[in-house]
Amino acid sequence: MSRLQMTVNGAAIDIDVPESRYLSEVLREDLRLTGTKVGCAEAECGICTVLVDGTPVVSCVYPAFKAAGSTVETIEGLSRDGGLHTLQQAFLDHGAVQCGICTPGLIMTAKGLLDRSKSRGKAVTEQDIRTALKDSYCRCTGYQSVINAILQASGQDVAPYLPETRAPGIAVGKAAPNPNALAKIRGSARFTDDYSFPGMLYARTKRAGIPHARIRSINTDAARALEGVRAVLTHADIPGRNGHGVVTIDWPVLCGRKVRYVGDAVAIVAADSERIAAEAIELIDIDYEELPAVSDAIAALAADAPQVHDERPDGNLLKHIKVNKGDIDRGFAEADVIVDRTYRTPTTEHLFLEPECSIGIPAGYDPAEFGGTRDPAAVRGETAKHEKTTIYVGSQIPYTDRDQAAAALGVEPDRVRVVATLMGGGFGGKEDIAGQIHVALLAEASGRPVKMLYSRQESLLVHPKRHATVIRMKTGATSDGQLTAVQATLYGDGGAYASLSEKVLTRATTHATGPYAVPNVKVDCFATYTNNVPCGAFRGFGVTQSCFAVESNMDILADRLDIDPVVLRQRNALRVGSETSTGQVMRESAGLRDCIDKVVGDMRDENFRWSWDEGDRRFAWGFAVGYKNTGLGGGAPDKAEAEVEAWQDPDRGLVAEVRISSAEMGQGLPGVLAACAAEELGIERDKVNVLLGDTDFCPDGGPTTASRQSFVSGNAARHAARELAGRLSALTPGERIKARHEYWAPKTQPLGTGGDMHVAFSFCAQAALCEIDRCTGEVAVHKVIAAHDVGRALNPLTLEGQIEGGIVMGVGYALTEHYIQEDSSPWTNVMARYKTPSITHAPRIVSHVVEDTVASGPFGAKGVGELPSIPTAPAICNAIYRATGVRMRSLPVDQDQLLRAMNAEATEVELGWGDRVAIPEIRLGEEH
Amino acid sequence: MNYHTPATVREALAVLHSYDGRARVVGGGTDLLVETRRGIRRPFDAVVDASRIDGLREITESDGHIIIGCGVTHTEIVDNPIIRKHGQCLAESCGVIGGPQVRNVGTLAGNVAHALPAGDGTIGLLALGGEVEIAGQDGTRWMPAKDTFKGPGRSHIDRQRELLTRLRFRPTGENEGSAFHRVMRPQGLCLPIISMAARIALAHDGSISHAGIGMGPVGPVPWFAEPVANTLVGVPPVPEHFDRAAEVALEHVALRESKYRATREYRETMIRTWLPVILGTAAERAGASR
Repeated sequence: MSRLQMTVNGAAIDIDVPESRYLSEVLREDLRLTGTKVGCAEAECGICTVLVDGTPVVSCVYPAFKAAGSTVETIEGLSRDGGLHTLQQAFLDHGAVQCGICTPGLIMTAKGLLDRSKSRGKAVTEQDIRTALKDSYCRCTGYQSVINAILQASGQDVAPYLPETRAPGIAVGKAAPNPNALAKIRGSARFTDDYSFPGMLYARTKRAGIPHARIRSINTDAARALEGVRAVLTHADIPGRNGHGVVTIDWPVLCGRKVRYVGDAVAIVAADSERIAAEAIELIDIDYEELPAVSDAIAALAADAPQVHDERPDGNLLKHIKVNKGDIDRGFAEADVIVDRTYRTPTTEHLFLEPECSIGIPAGYDPAEFGGTRDPAAVRGETAKHEKTTIYVGSQIPYTDRDQAAAALGVEPDRVRVVATLMGGGFGGKEDIAGQIHVALLAEASGRPVKMLYSRQESLLVHPKRHATVIRMKTGATSDGQLTAVQATLYGDGGAYASLSEKVLTRATTHATGPYAVPNVKVDCFATYTNNVPCGAFRGFGVTQSCFAVESNMDILADRLDIDPVVLRQRNALRVGSETSTGQVMRESAGLRDCIDKVVGDMRDENFRWSWDEGDRRFAWGFAVGYKNTGLGGGAPDKAEAEVEAWQDPDRGLVAEVRISSAEMGQGLPGVLAACAAEELGIERDKVNVLLGDTDFCPDGGPTTASRQSFVSGNAARHAARELAGRLSALTPGERIKARHEYWAPKTQPLGTGGDMHVAFSFCAQAALCEIDRCTGEVAVHKVIAAHDVGRALNPLTLEGQIEGGIVMGVGYALTEHYIQEDSSPWTNVMARYKTPSITHAPRIVSHVVEDTVASGPFGAKGVGELPSIPTAPAICNAIYRATGVRMRSLPVDQDQLLRAMNAEATEVELGWGDRVAIPEIRLGEEH
Repeated sequence: MNYHTPATVREALAVLHSYDGRARVVGGGTDLLVETRRGIRRPFDAVVDASRIDGLREITESDGHIIIGCGVTHTEIVDNPIIRKHGQCLAESCGVIGGPQVRNVGTLAGNVAHALPAGDGTIGLLALGGEVEIAGQDGTRWMPAKDTFKGPGRSHIDRQRELLTRLRFRPTGENEGSAFHRVMRPQGLCLPIISMAARIALAHDGSISHAGIGMGPVGPVPWFAEPVANTLVGVPPVPEHFDRAAEVALEHVALRESKYRATREYRETMIRTWLPVILGTAAERAGASR
């Protein structure tokens, strides 16, 4: 321990800390300034940026003693007098805050830039911002709002970018910041790792480290003997069910017999410090009998493939998903042109910037017993006595977490409480169990609160990813461009556990015709188990994959038919009256043709050309469309229940609170729910508070997935509020009235039975302007023009945030992202090996909104969360083709391959970046 | 792990001596501490932070050299008007290292001492014919930067016992210019496909009187491409000679196929494409500086 003196946010600090400490640790742990977040601890993501003597530095690898004698500024220092810094206000105004985990880093980096420019008397340009924020990553916003906010804060007159939408009501349709954005820009918003409880222990997990093996023995003696270790648990210590899974219970909480992927958990430790826990993990000795691993979705189906789950009758086949319509042979017989290609999409990683964190609290925990204070009046919050086993976690499905933890503990679900904390990004990657069950077990075993925070590297290794797929897509059309048939075979790599594979790949299958009316369809999809990292939900939910194949084929078809690619799509677009591949007749709200018109109207200005050259730089537009279901569909019960309470506040008049256990991960749900309730109650949105995701205080909103929350929870909140609205006239001062509404989405039909498989579909069209460097093969996306049919824009500001963020995620899918595994061992084991788009990759986005309402939606709205990221990658690849004549059949685009193809005058590139083998031959109509 | 911030070279050396090989010198620590924090590298007993030594935090001019102290960050180099004018390729190369936050902390001394095969700042310094000053128990000595490399990440500078105190190069003057370019890919693995820098001086007759070239990664250590530079001396600065220089470069290097970074063929193409461009830019700048 040594004396560390520095000035932090204007206050002189003089503390005793070990010299090995990093600045972020001193700020967060010793000074409890938790506004500074840590995303990777490898100087990659930049969310931990603070200013040292006015200069932005990444505090996660900045030695604390390097700052000795210096002046440190953190996000908390910006609004010391209670007011907001101009940057904070600008981020708020522009909706440049979504999940909020990166916001402090973005703002502090930007402050460094603004201060520097000011001292030099220079105006800040967009280019300055792109340079200064190059390593300040954000996974939600897509950066356009961030750039605009910083320009505004620099004193320039920049209005928030908003799409044109229909006239708002009192609350619905009004552009307003997400209610939690204020706390996020101040640095006071708390994510799970920002919570701390008296007596809290720190947990770590012993991971398999090998992809496939039988466990002969586990020896934890040395770990248990280590001083400071309070609990060591293995499969033998689980009182209840040793398994979890969102769809199928096939994932051990702690492996006892076998490990099936490198990230499998075998033992867990809770100790007095993270360091001791980490040391204890190293002392656990596991004797394995290694087994051959299966690393590829197609190889997994070979008769002699190693079996991932011994007990499954179908071998490694997780599910064969089929879509059949019309007569496929007749369809191709009627075609004048047939395009038949095989594509490959990569495994990709959500890279939410907040790694998974859970805190478990044992039943009966009293903070006063551990030197803390207890507030006897409190029923919620850390100072309350915790009567039940309680889990604090940022999760997409709080009620399922509760039920799964209860099952493992061997207790009834009502003995467990889940408190949903803010989530630093989810994107589908926080639906499965991460540490929720494990901290509950450790808390009960040790009698203390237990925090389990994944390192970035652990997060990369453990949670389910986006499915890698191989897709053969055969498309037939008549000479005038009428689609006659689509046949496809998909193989999806589900990894070691089922997670949401069946659902995700069903969506890939049912959406495999694209948003077109196709009379004859046959699609077979094989979801398989392998020893790779499991795959599950990820924004786009399978449709991202099939859309790449569909929209690439459509472009080739247009080329072959010599029809304008926009016209070809317009001609076949689903419209009211047409039937989807699963036999659903579109009765309303099919705004695709309007989306196409809006994008094309904007793209085809007087100087429009599809492509042109400037020296060695080649420019071209690429076009693609997409669609995505709203809600679970397929016959699954889809409901949400909300409680709304209203009362007269002496100062503010009528106010209300909406309670529902749905998840906010930055998408703006609280604002949407507040608006839906406020509109019914006839009050402004800010009179309605929203409490999300405490299973003891909020009814179940179901999973936050499938672009469903605005629709189902929005409807639940709306109907509950409407019921209250009828009782308002009788409301007396001091009285509180409540209403609950359980909203059931319209009934849907299972796949294969025809009829309505989904309650609604959202549509979009996107055009991407790309530049390809003829000398290097480098690809840049300069501009994306987009139009999204969302039914109704409930909050245009957060809607635009979803659109911009989704598009930039699509840019990543096209150009930067690939989670690489070599024989089932991740090569992508650090953040430095996984690049999401930075501000330097972000295109300018021009956004249109189509509001083709759906009758059952709240105020006509349908889902939007996933849609924007779906057609971006094929739009980019279509632009590359137009610019270079080279068709990219794998993602992400590899500049090395692209350049060599151009030089060799080749027309197709099969390998994407990170691919080591050619795309295998896929037979259509094959059975397994 | 102890953290030392010596104020003098003597103090720094004394601290290193007291740890007898168990302490390690860092500049900004942006490479070493990332590896330590991630557990790739066993922590040393102590870190000796060389960024706060009196007199070694400045960029100065003396005896016909521009001298950069070991505490000078990449950002300070990029912002320095003298280096921007008289060591342009160094400013350009330091300007692409890591991200802005890393450049605000990382130092050129650290970049050179780390001895990675494609350290960008190192490549820029090599082209300028840079030298480094090393202080040890036996005194200080200057040596050409090109002679400090032993292997990938391995340096002849003993980073447990010695200190790289200063770097220097002869500023580009009249009839001289320099340029740098790097080719990257946008995917994971933040390492250059190829980094190249050149310094060119023109004689009164317009022919090239001197050339200095740095390249990497083209082998285990950053390459001071003397054979390539030699072919340029005495010839006019025209594309055909620059193209030939690229061919000479390719004859001398054993380019590797590096997994997920670049094929050998791609690297070759990048050298063929970019080395002539860099040479042309340097020559153009030399002409413009007349």
